[in-house]
Amino acid sequence: MLDIITNMLSMCIPFSVALLLASLGEMFNQRAGVFNLGCEGVMAMGAFVGMLIPFLAGHGGAVSEWYNLLGFLVAALLGALFGLIFGVITVTFRAPQGIAGIGLQMFGVGTAGTLFRHFVGGTQSIPGISDINIPLLSKIPVLGDIFFSHNIVAYLAYIFVPVAWYILFKTYWGLKVRAVGTNPRAADSMGINVSRTRYQALVVGGALAGIAGAYLSIAQAKMFSDTLISGRGFIAVALVYFGHWHPVQIMGGALLFTFAQTFQTVVQSMGISFPYELAVMLPYVLVIVVLSFTSRNQTTAPTALGKPFNREIRT
Amino acid sequence: MTRGFRIAFRCVIIAIAALAAVLIASTILWLIGADVSDTFFTIVIEPLSNMLHISEVLIRAIPLCIIALGISVAYRSGIINIGAEGQMAMGLLAFTGVALAFPDVPRPLLLPLALIASMIGGGIWGFVPGILKAKLNVSELLSTVMLNYIAAQFYSLCLRTIYLDPAEQVYGTGTPQSMRLTENVWLGRISGRLHYGIIIAIVLAVLIYLLMWKTTMGFKMRASGSGARAARYGGISVGFWLATSMAISGAFAGLAGGVELAGVHRRAIEGITNNYGFSGVVVALFGGLHPFGILPASFLFGLLIYGSTLAPSKVGVPANIVQVMQGIIIIVIVTAQMVLSNTYLQDRVWRKYQALTKKEA
Repeated sequence: MLDIITNMLSMCIPFSVALLLASLGEMFNQRAGVFNLGCEGVMAMGAFVGMLIPFLAGHGGAVSEWYNLLGFLVAALLGALFGLIFGVITVTFRAPQGIAGIGLQMFGVGTAGTLFRHFVGGTQSIPGISDINIPLLSKIPVLGDIFFSHNIVAYLAYIFVPVAWYILFKTYWGLKVRAVGTNPRAADSMGINVSRTRYQALVVGGALAGIAGAYLSIAQAKMFSDTLISGRGFIAVALVYFGHWHPVQIMGGALLFTFAQTFQTVVQSMGISFPYELAVMLPYVLVIVVLSFTSRNQTTAPTALGKPFNREIRT
Repeated sequence: MTRGFRIAFRCVIIAIAALAAVLIASTILWLIGADVSDTFFTIVIEPLSNMLHISEVLIRAIPLCIIALGISVAYRSGIINIGAEGQMAMGLLAFTGVALAFPDVPRPLLLPLALIASMIGGGIWGFVPGILKAKLNVSELLSTVMLNYIAAQFYSLCLRTIYLDPAEQVYGTGTPQSMRLTENVWLGRISGRLHYGIIIAIVLAVLIYLLMWKTTMGFKMRASGSGARAARYGGISVGFWLATSMAISGAFAGLAGGVELAGVHRRAIEGITNNYGFSGVVVALFGGLHPFGILPASFLFGLLIYGSTLAPSKVGVPANIVQVMQGIIIIVIVTAQMVLSNTYLQDRVWRKYQALTKKEA
């Protein structure tokens, strides 16, 4: 029993990275007032190119770690590009963000699937990145497995949590982002370029979602498939609500949901007689329950969330 | 501003939008090294070449139309239902349950009963996000997506356990599917695989038109959607109509599942929902959220979906291309609508146009 729990806990940190990065990206979007539901599609594209580059470089065999890095970089760039596209749609053209996000999600998931079938074909695995055992610390009996023997990206992602907090709350750019998401008109009158700031936030958010997708394919699954993302992009959006638009609380949420997700791995690998489908359902049910409890009094929500800003119209 | 200019402005914007959509889709096709014009020909023209193909297109248009009608009701009431996929799965389960439980009830009774069961199954699955939105302010975009995944898992759980075909257990490979449903729940076929569901879809379109534009109930729902605060001031219980519209929307998606099962598959198998739930959103938007627009739109998207199944063998393009196209179409539609409703822009173009014509004169 203790084995199972240790096992589940040691999966939490590496498996939560994709959710964490994607929701931190979505947090920047929403803090700037843009509700980006296309996160799922951006993650799918990131996951695809992230896997494609080491796959092509190694022809399915061993490959230098630098190609993995290149995969992450290209995924980030592609994610940023998708953020830019979403900016054109929702900031410049001021299209309704919810439905435009659904469009972006379909486009991303569909394109990733189409390109995958052409360039890769079937299920192909890549070597992925290896875990780093931190000297000494990883030798600590239980805690070592849980905290100190993961891949480099997982560590970097968790280091990014305080960095994101610093960016959002302690830098001038973070202040601008929060201003255009809270009261774009006031920000505009103080000389902040609302559109440009929203574009910047979308690019940052898109890049993070791209990296999150690439993490899933390079570090976690070590392959790509149509069902690789399976709603993680949407859960990431929900986590932002759950975490009250605050990096540290979002991190807590990401860990909680990953814990719920590891349950299915445990059911599958340890042969516990429990319907597998119910275990898979668990995180999705949890999202609905959590949203039901947290959505009613959202005093921390960016007040301009989901509202396009138009300088030409008096409100 | 002349009337002629307004019409010309609209036409030009729509033409640019259509061109942009085709260009983006072509870029993706070019990326995978496909012959662009051949692919478009295979997807859009080829399915119209003979009656067999056309009936296959219509078969796909039926669930799309029913789902899109439901989505348009919800959309007009101010709630975006992207959970039709899950609602359809619940409708399939309810329909199969009734058919398996009462195989001996005569057809005039059992078929309507099973279809009503599928409506209730889908309706409940739609009502949940509706009431969560109305009472607890839960974003329907997130809750419906989550309910999709839950329904999909629940569906395969049921197929694997309580609905599993007894024959599969004894001889088969354990494929998760139900036994062939009793003939008493089959919908008749017109020709080939085309079934009478098409009549149901058309009747429902007329009913939705009457409901939304000729009854107070429809007016209240549209009022809640177009201006919640004003509607509330006018004494309309916005939350109630929100939840009701979602229940109707879910019931339609469930019914689409029931009709699909009764007309085409006649046994519950994996993959019946076939992304119809998401395609339904595109159809509803493309049809202008109006029943008489949704009818032709569902034919068009039935065409795309069927055409894309021909693409892998004919031109070597993966069938996922239809999802790409749908995504592009949604984005282009919402963007073009914003441009069209931007009176400032129209005014600016008008003044430029006037300046140009004056110079010439």
